[in-house]
Amino acid sequence: MEARMNTKPEAYTPQPGDFEFLSNRDITTDKNYSSLSYWKGVAIHFFQDRKAVIGLIIIVAIILLSVFGPMINEYGYRDIVSFRNANNRKVVAKGIGPRIPALHEMLTGAPYDDDFADRTFLFGTDDLGRDLWTRTWYGARVSLIIAFVTIFIDMLIGMSYGLISGYFGGPVDQIMQRFVEIANSVPRLVIVSVLAIFMAKGMGLVIVALLLTEWIGMSKIARAEMLKTKEQEYVLASRTLGARNGHIIFSQILPNTIGPIITQVMFSIPTAIFTEAFLSFVGVGIALPQCSVGTLIEDGFNNITTLPYQILPPIIVLALLMLGFNFIGDGLREALAPKLEDM
Amino acid sequence: MGKYILKRIGTALLTLLIITFLLFLLVRIMPGNPFPSERMSDDMIANKRAEMGLDDPILTQFANYMRKLLFHGDFGNGTSLYYGVPINTVLSTCISNSFRIGGLAILIGTLLGLALGITAALHRGKFLDGFCTVLSIIGVCVPSYVFLIFLQYYFSFRIPFFPYFFDQKRFLFSSVIPSLSLSLFTLSTIARFTRNEMVEVMDSDYVRLAEAKGLYGGSLIRRHVFRNALIPIVTVLAPLIVDLLTGALVVEKIYGINGIGKLMVDAITGEGIDYNYVLALGILYSALYIGIMLLLDILYGILDPRIRVQGKAGDA
Amino acid sequence: MSEKIPGLNQTDSKTILEIRNLDISFRTSAGIIHAIRGVNLDLCKGETVAIVGESGSGKSVTMKAVMGLLDSNATVNSGEILYTYTDAQGKSVTTDLLKMSKKDLRQNINGQRIAMVFQDPMTSLDPTMTIGKQIMEGMFLHERMDRGAAQARALELLNLVGIPDAEKRFKNYPHQLSGGMRQRVVIAIALSANPDILICDEPTTALDVTIQARILELIMEIQQKMKLSVVYITHDLGVVAKVADYVDVMYAGRIVEVGNVNEIFFEPKHPYTWGLLSAMPDLDTEDDRLYSIPGSPPNLLREPKGDAFAARNRFAMAIDEKAEPPLFQVSPTHWAATWLLHPDAPKVDMPPELRARLERARKEAEKYL
Repeated sequence: MEARMNTKPEAYTPQPGDFEFLSNRDITTDKNYSSLSYWKGVAIHFFQDRKAVIGLIIIVAIILLSVFGPMINEYGYRDIVSFRNANNRKVVAKGIGPRIPALHEMLTGAPYDDDFADRTFLFGTDDLGRDLWTRTWYGARVSLIIAFVTIFIDMLIGMSYGLISGYFGGPVDQIMQRFVEIANSVPRLVIVSVLAIFMAKGMGLVIVALLLTEWIGMSKIARAEMLKTKEQEYVLASRTLGARNGHIIFSQILPNTIGPIITQVMFSIPTAIFTEAFLSFVGVGIALPQCSVGTLIEDGFNNITTLPYQILPPIIVLALLMLGFNFIGDGLREALAPKLEDM
Repeated sequence: MGKYILKRIGTALLTLLIITFLLFLLVRIMPGNPFPSERMSDDMIANKRAEMGLDDPILTQFANYMRKLLFHGDFGNGTSLYYGVPINTVLSTCISNSFRIGGLAILIGTLLGLALGITAALHRGKFLDGFCTVLSIIGVCVPSYVFLIFLQYYFSFRIPFFPYFFDQKRFLFSSVIPSLSLSLFTLSTIARFTRNEMVEVMDSDYVRLAEAKGLYGGSLIRRHVFRNALIPIVTVLAPLIVDLLTGALVVEKIYGINGIGKLMVDAITGEGIDYNYVLALGILYSALYIGIMLLLDILYGILDPRIRVQGKAGDA
Repeated sequence: MSEKIPGLNQTDSKTILEIRNLDISFRTSAGIIHAIRGVNLDLCKGETVAIVGESGSGKSVTMKAVMGLLDSNATVNSGEILYTYTDAQGKSVTTDLLKMSKKDLRQNINGQRIAMVFQDPMTSLDPTMTIGKQIMEGMFLHERMDRGAAQARALELLNLVGIPDAEKRFKNYPHQLSGGMRQRVVIAIALSANPDILICDEPTTALDVTIQARILELIMEIQQKMKLSVVYITHDLGVVAKVADYVDVMYAGRIVEVGNVNEIFFEPKHPYTWGLLSAMPDLDTEDDRLYSIPGSPPNLLREPKGDAFAARNRFAMAIDEKAEPPLFQVSPTHWAATWLLHPDAPKVDMPPELRARLERARKEAEKYL
């Protein structure tokens, strides 16, 4: 037999012993990666996504700051910073720009030459003399709490509605879906304006407005997932074995629905924060002296010509919250339904 | 297709009717007194109520209201502050202002968004692509009124080039700032969507096949990429317009534009506006919303042959 | 041809496509994938060559390189793709397709000289354009036909590919046709500008079994009528047996065995080919378990050391882990890249079950001759 070398591999001169068969190998078992649990796989996929991790870091950082941020100085969110100066006169820290005395001294070589020379105001103070660092994180806390609470309730409402509608199908589904269609055709603004007639301004109004609108998206997802899973073999099997409706819905279908729902939650939270900010900005949301991201932006806007720095912190926090939750949502969506080529 | 459109129109009208009725019901059963009672005696109020038909059965009232609305396009009169002034007169100026500014915003947003998205897709991975990504992130993360505040601060206050408040007499000039800030969300969303759709279509099998046929460059993009990438954009327009309606509220309020958004803010905050206005605005917004959905739905059906042309052939 | 290159079918008929030492890698987020590692391949006029291999073996990439359809993250490291055609003056011209610009390639080669049929007819037609327009596009582009002539020819093509009611179908959109019909349309598009070479990338995988045979017969029929040279890319040995003159077996970016269809089917030499043939379902096999090649193809992110197939090879030898085997010649047309063919190697024959099976198949085949 004539052997010709291929152009590619370098010529190799066989050594003695080269033509012995390899033994002690097991080629029949393939390496198996599928024993990873589903959620572990999702987590691995999620943490490989750079944007998702950035989003998570942003959100965790803001949550930590909104919990611990107000603690790092002695000013309360509604306290007007005032004290007696060297001449024993009462001074109020009104409209002080952001300042870190040490940094200022380092850069300019001289300390501030006013009554607040040794005071640190990271974000400055507002026109009344309240510390904006404290107010910003306190406001972020209020906004986050409102968003989390309402979206959690919305999730419960939406999921139950969607699961019931999808599970029973037929006329029940028909009626329930007609209702969703109508509810979905009412603009949120109209709902808010009608609510404003019945309810007092404040946090309650914001929460109810969000409760009335955000469940619809969740219910649609839950219903779609239900329609998809309920025909699958394992559900049919347990039905033939006599499982009751409640059992099938809660122990078999719910776990499959949880992924897409959590993704939707991640996209709904920013909507809720946005809406809250919008309503508070307009003036029907959080009432003074409480504050939220929205009221802080409004305050900043009212003082923009005199204290232009005041509007920046709440806007940046709002934008970062939007960014973070959207990144997490995107990452989750992709981690839950990975495309083949990404694997 | 015709049947589909008729059915869609029918459902839309029915939905609108139901919503109108619900709004009417809510506004009528509202607690309290629609009249500024401190200025009117009980007799006067009773007369007024009778005059306005407020003592009739609710269905009769609704029928009367609808008859006036449908046949005369009449929303009735205000009851408190704008007492005696027909709502229509107030609405008409507001609608025209809002529509012109909103329309301008949609136009700017869509055109610039398309242009940016297409350029980004054609230069994938280059500077413009990155710019498009960053812009779309900013556009999604920052509400339109924040843009307005910045534009107003820098270009009307620091550099007093544009008017600080809306000026009816210099309409176009003073529309620049509100239209631009309203358009940013539309612009960024459309840019990102267009870019992603284009990229997806350019990687599709049918574009591969067209290349295998010998198409390339501009004619490939024109003939096979554009239509397939742009049809789905119709589907994002609906939520965009809705968002724009919301954004317009604050933008009009801040910039002092006499529009329906500002009226709506007044209705929401309850500042000097009465229930009849809430009702009229509710109907108006709902109609707008449902109408836009309907229009875009039909448009999509017309553009996409998969919906327009039905019918299957037998197997090979 | 002056120099004999190993692994090529040195026949007398005229070669129209010669792939020489093709080497391609892809940049991915995970690293550089060396997908094609020195491929040689010849296609002669009027003949059919089938490239066989598992998914990821590089068979599609090789042919995409011929079409100039490689993704933007691909780099051709070396090699040439020589295409020989007769130009308008009747002169024989040979060009290297890899050296042509994309524009040049599209204007002068794609469609009118080399055409391609893709795997999935459900996604390879533009959903927003009628099939008539899609068929005529190539004609307008390459032959500058007027509308009437193009339409007449498109209808003729639709008839040729066996679409009933051609006039009616002409105005249909892809979604109105079934999968089999769409694949016929894709074939009609491929034929629209009279190509010399037709590349079929798994043309029947996405179709029903009953329709598969009909599409294959259609391609063969058209090949005869239009004197086409055809390249099939497939993992289905059933398709290969039916249509091919020559078979190239690809593994991990290399051609590991090449020969005419009888040699590959009845005297295969490479253990990988043995595996592929054993894995083919067969009605007569007594064994009730379906054989499959153990393991999975190597990850080409890492350059394989020695023979890429060694890890899955029952007959792997020490040398397989040291050096990549060259192509050993078995017959004038038959080559295989396995150290088992080295004169010093122990004599190993294919597994007896496979031998018996191929014997049965041969007898079966002879009955019909």
